[in-house]
Amino acid sequence: MSQEASGPATAAVADRALGIEGPAPRPARGRRKGWILPAYTALVIAYLVLPIAVMILFGFNDLKGRFNFTWQGFTLRHYRELFRFRELTTALENSLVVAAVTTLIATALGTLIALALTRHRFRGRGSTNLFIFLPMATPEVVLGASLLSLFVTFGTARGLGTVLIAHIMFTISFVVVTVKARTHGFNVEWEEAAKDLGATPWVTFWRVTFPLILPGILAAASLAFALSVDDYVVTAFNSGQTLTFPLWVFGASRFGVPPQVNVMGTIIFLAGVLLALGTVALQRRRS
Amino acid sequence: MGVAVSRPRSAGRRRRLAPYFLLLPGLAWLFVFYAWPTIQMLFISLQEGSLETGYRLTWHWQTYVDVFSKFDTQLVRSVEYGLLVTLGCLVLSYPLAYFIAVRGGRWKSALLFMIILPFFVSFIIRTLSWKFILADQGFVLATLKGIGLLPEDFRLLATPVAVVSGLVYNFLPFMALPLYASLEKLDKGLLEAAGDLYSNRLVAFAKVTLPLSLPGVFAGSLLTFIPSVGDFINAQLLGSTNTTMIGNVIQREMLINNDYPEGAAISFVLMAAILIGVAAYAKVLGTEELTG
Repeated sequence: MSQEASGPATAAVADRALGIEGPAPRPARGRRKGWILPAYTALVIAYLVLPIAVMILFGFNDLKGRFNFTWQGFTLRHYRELFRFRELTTALENSLVVAAVTTLIATALGTLIALALTRHRFRGRGSTNLFIFLPMATPEVVLGASLLSLFVTFGTARGLGTVLIAHIMFTISFVVVTVKARTHGFNVEWEEAAKDLGATPWVTFWRVTFPLILPGILAAASLAFALSVDDYVVTAFNSGQTLTFPLWVFGASRFGVPPQVNVMGTIIFLAGVLLALGTVALQRRRS
Repeated sequence: MGVAVSRPRSAGRRRRLAPYFLLLPGLAWLFVFYAWPTIQMLFISLQEGSLETGYRLTWHWQTYVDVFSKFDTQLVRSVEYGLLVTLGCLVLSYPLAYFIAVRGGRWKSALLFMIILPFFVSFIIRTLSWKFILADQGFVLATLKGIGLLPEDFRLLATPVAVVSGLVYNFLPFMALPLYASLEKLDKGLLEAAGDLYSNRLVAFAKVTLPLSLPGVFAGSLLTFIPSVGDFINAQLLGSTNTTMIGNVIQREMLINNDYPEGAAISFVLMAAILIGVAAYAKVLGTEELTG
């Protein structure tokens, strides 16, 4: 880097020496806004949004047969009969329960690790960082397969419990990374100040530290929930006969996915978007 | 612990031990359910037997040799697809990330939000949406065939193109976001300086922007390559038997054939290959850059 920088720097000195003061008149670089990049950006974003639009649209499709592939007219029927398929409903319930419990436990465990990593200098910090990174660097299929190896070895019956164990395992790292990112510029002085004013560590944590890192924790919790509720791969390896929402949809895809899946997907999508926007708005207000 | 006499010392020890108490529960979970299973998997890969007779550890390294010769096609194919997907994501998202970071202005947050929008939809549903969009009589192909741009028997589903494009779609945000993060940090003064020194835009890009965004390129490449190499959903939903990837093999051996030693051996090969790659990257990059 420094080598490349030395070239222009030399040139600058040379310019000054030649009496060229300041930038020479050049075409207004910043003002000349081309249309290619914005158009390109719009195209890529359209590409990202297209499948979502398809999902939402075909939740309103008044289909006659089993395959939801061609548009046959508008209906709200599938919204009214959202819980028509008992198994699908159960699967969705399973997913929501697992995601909620995963979020609670993984957020707690991950936040503690993040606090240790950002606020303390200790021996083994580097290797802890690396160890936290490993589960994120391992392909999901390997995470699933290796956990299954453990359960097979001990003859553990697979079900919601094993799914929960798996989900907490693969979400912890993401929580750590998210909370860490938000606590990076953390002001240790404020805690010191609280202590100087006679606050116990307990009071300091809940009155000073926690409110400061709360946005990070909320972001991490929503990420954990999203990862858990959406997971197919790890779940497929460790669920036994129990079905979660993604597992049911995957299974159904062979025989035609009912529009109820689109509707549920749409509702989850809207809830997630609203929650995220709400969190952002809240953060803006606080700062 | 709070004995008054030795207070300074015990307080000091408590401070020293505090990080370990904070780490303990989370790391314990990861040790028991991540590290241990990984080691367990190594042992299982060296066992012999069947589901009926039970498995015994016989240090049967031959499984690894068998696995390589049996599934070399899928291994090579997975790496090929992974590289193609990474390249595709990079080419597609670099201009996008650049635009948002440099010229996004007050639309920055909104545009970034659009990029993560797919994350609010289930991975399976998104991939099924692509199956629908790319279908032989779906609206895209039907239209193109209707106006005679494509032959009647042209199809995208069940081809490598479908699998790779599905993977590109699913993992694009993982490339775009780190790219954006590194381009956003870029000091625009440097670009102006380059301009003031009469370097044209292309040279300024090649000599200033691109080198400074390399950490983002590295991080993004890892984040797209790793999940796409191990993925089996896109190959299963959008592909055919000619597009099976290594993830499909692992899934089949572990869940359908119940050939745990073989499944474990392939998983181990895949993970070892990726971890070696990651270690090499981390050496160049430093782990802080990756782990935030």
